[in-house]
Amino acid sequence: MAAYIVKRLLAMIPTLLGITLLTFLIIKLAPGNPVSLKMQGGEGLKAGQVSQEATDQMLKLYGLKVDLPPEYEAWIGRWTERIHGSDPKDPPHFTRRALKWLGENAIQYKIWITGLAQLDFGRSFKDRRPVLTKIAEALPITLTLNLIEIFLVYFISVPLGVYSALHRESILDKVIMVLLFILYSLPDFWVATLLLMYFAGGDHLNWFPLMGFMSEGAQTYPFWMKLGNIAWHLILPVTVMVYGSFAFLSRFSRANMLEVIRQDYVRTAMAKGLPRRKVIWRHAFRNSLIPLITIMGALLPALLGGSVIIEQIFSIPGMGKLGFESVLARDYPTIMAISTISAVLTLLSLLLADLAYVWVDPRITFRARQE
Amino acid sequence: MVEEKDNPPDEAEVEEEQLDLVAAPQTPQGPSEEILVPRYWSMVRGQFNRRFLNRVGLAIILTMVVVALLAPFLANGTPVFVKHQSQIYFPILQTIWPIKKLNLYPELKEVSYKDWEKKGAEVYYTLVPYSYDDYDLNSILMPPDSYHWLGTDEQGRDVLSRLIHGSRISLAVGIVAVAIYVLIGMFFGSLAGYFGGTVDMAVSRLIEIMICFPTFFLILTLVAVLPPSPFYIPLAIGFTGWTGIARLMRGEFLKLRDQDFIVACRAQGMKNRRIIWRHIMPNAISPILVSATFGVASAVLIESSLSFLGFGVQPPTPSWGDLLSQSREFMDIAWWLTIFPGIAIFLTITSYNLVGEGLRDAIDPKLRN
Repeated sequence: MAAYIVKRLLAMIPTLLGITLLTFLIIKLAPGNPVSLKMQGGEGLKAGQVSQEATDQMLKLYGLKVDLPPEYEAWIGRWTERIHGSDPKDPPHFTRRALKWLGENAIQYKIWITGLAQLDFGRSFKDRRPVLTKIAEALPITLTLNLIEIFLVYFISVPLGVYSALHRESILDKVIMVLLFILYSLPDFWVATLLLMYFAGGDHLNWFPLMGFMSEGAQTYPFWMKLGNIAWHLILPVTVMVYGSFAFLSRFSRANMLEVIRQDYVRTAMAKGLPRRKVIWRHAFRNSLIPLITIMGALLPALLGGSVIIEQIFSIPGMGKLGFESVLARDYPTIMAISTISAVLTLLSLLLADLAYVWVDPRITFRARQE
Repeated sequence: MVEEKDNPPDEAEVEEEQLDLVAAPQTPQGPSEEILVPRYWSMVRGQFNRRFLNRVGLAIILTMVVVALLAPFLANGTPVFVKHQSQIYFPILQTIWPIKKLNLYPELKEVSYKDWEKKGAEVYYTLVPYSYDDYDLNSILMPPDSYHWLGTDEQGRDVLSRLIHGSRISLAVGIVAVAIYVLIGMFFGSLAGYFGGTVDMAVSRLIEIMICFPTFFLILTLVAVLPPSPFYIPLAIGFTGWTGIARLMRGEFLKLRDQDFIVACRAQGMKNRRIIWRHIMPNAISPILVSATFGVASAVLIESSLSFLGFGVQPPTPSWGDLLSQSREFMDIAWWLTIFPGIAIFLTITSYNLVGEGLRDAIDPKLRN
């Protein structure tokens, strides 16, 4: 067991390197860079109006412009010549540009990964605050939101699934299925705007606040009032997050339950005269929960990832909103930090799910299959 | 590995299909091949058709596909048939893509059909006589009436026409995206499952990497990198969504590759390619089909979310998500702008899900009675 865990943990390292490298290259490929976006957006200037020098200086400050070692420059020159026959520096061949880009990004990636080794995610390009602080602010908000969501979803959809399985093909089973599919197919942004309009818009029912995680100044409220304030803010977003997830989970637990009910040991339990209720809840239901653990493995990253759309619509300053805004602003350090953290957590939760699997089901072992 | 234990082999299913596949080659040209091989699918069809909702879902999907294919013939601002001074024209042909290039009626370029109609020409339009970008500033935000069955938007464009044309984008995005990721997933999954060892290790790492990516961000970044075009959204969804299929395929292959009928194939000296394509793939394909059906539904939803965030197709090409997100500004005064696209999305997704659910039940041998 311990050997297995160590092996898995070691296997994570190359995966993580792969993930961060790929993310790094992809965000670098996206058009626009933080400097040009900032200059355009912030001061209403066109790209051409900012002098090349100022841009270069900013890029240097952000660590986005690095000097290539002369050996590498010479190497690029040789290769470009070998491929194209000549090596003009201005305008450069595609090969030269591509190799230069790769070299520059390799150096930047090396700098980034050295920082990561010291748990330093750098500072955000947008407001120069440490990325970790920004994440530490956003994470509790998303966590609260998602924990409530997950609790509600499981609490409602697992019993629904069990009921549907026990009354398969009954009218109510079909009604539940269609209702859940209806809920699933309503796009969340649409429902969110409808809810905002009817329950928070002011024209109709002004029951809930339009946006945010808590009222301004609610930080200083006494505990219960603060809790109430947060709950009041979260009712609409949580409703939107929850309704679409019922379908999948309840169908899943229905399928599991159906699988288990047909097993011999359930028939045996019935045959020896145990009360039906006991057979269902003690024998069948418990075993039907095993596959739910696999799903749990996928939960942790979702817990931290946050929902972009919902946090955007309700202006909740969580991880989803932070991530989305960083992508728009090409705030590379923040994007990298978020994706690294979520990757680590995903890998860990995959491992945890596998371990939990063995823990609940002794029939499974980690030993290699016998050929 | 733990995942292999995930799905205990479906004995009944495997045996059944094995029978088909082993029986077929024994009588290469005989009639029994025709009887034995399609039996599995006709049985699935029978099982599928037993539930009313499945048939409804399938009917809706087929209708949607027909509507999407025939969109320009259903909603078009150009008349289908014009008879003017005993000359017969089919002006609609000029608006349809491959024929557009031929320039059939150069004389009709500057013609106003309304004037012709007043002069006594016979002009016949399609069912919905408006194109998706025919704006009419005299009838802005009109509620549904006998002219505009589903009302008009803030530029006086017909909502029904935009919906019909939007179905092309939405369905194309869904189907193309799923086709891409099913292909990628099948490729990697079958390689990993069949060869095992190093290949499996490499593919599993690749799958892990893809799972760890925040998919939605990856799509956002890809859509931002690629130039705006309706073709890139399914590409982005396709390249990020294949891991589920790959894992499924890998599991099926792991389950099947040591079965007796595959060992028999190997003993006969068959090439790997033949074993994979002719003998394992047909047995592994059904769960993929179910997963793909659900995939189309979620791709349509992803497309509408992307449109909402402003990363969708470029105007004036309408997509359902686009219509829905544009309607937000007018939600208070024009309910028809948000209700109808919402219904369209909802109907499509529900139908795909119903069909997927029905297929899953029909394929599952344990649910047969």
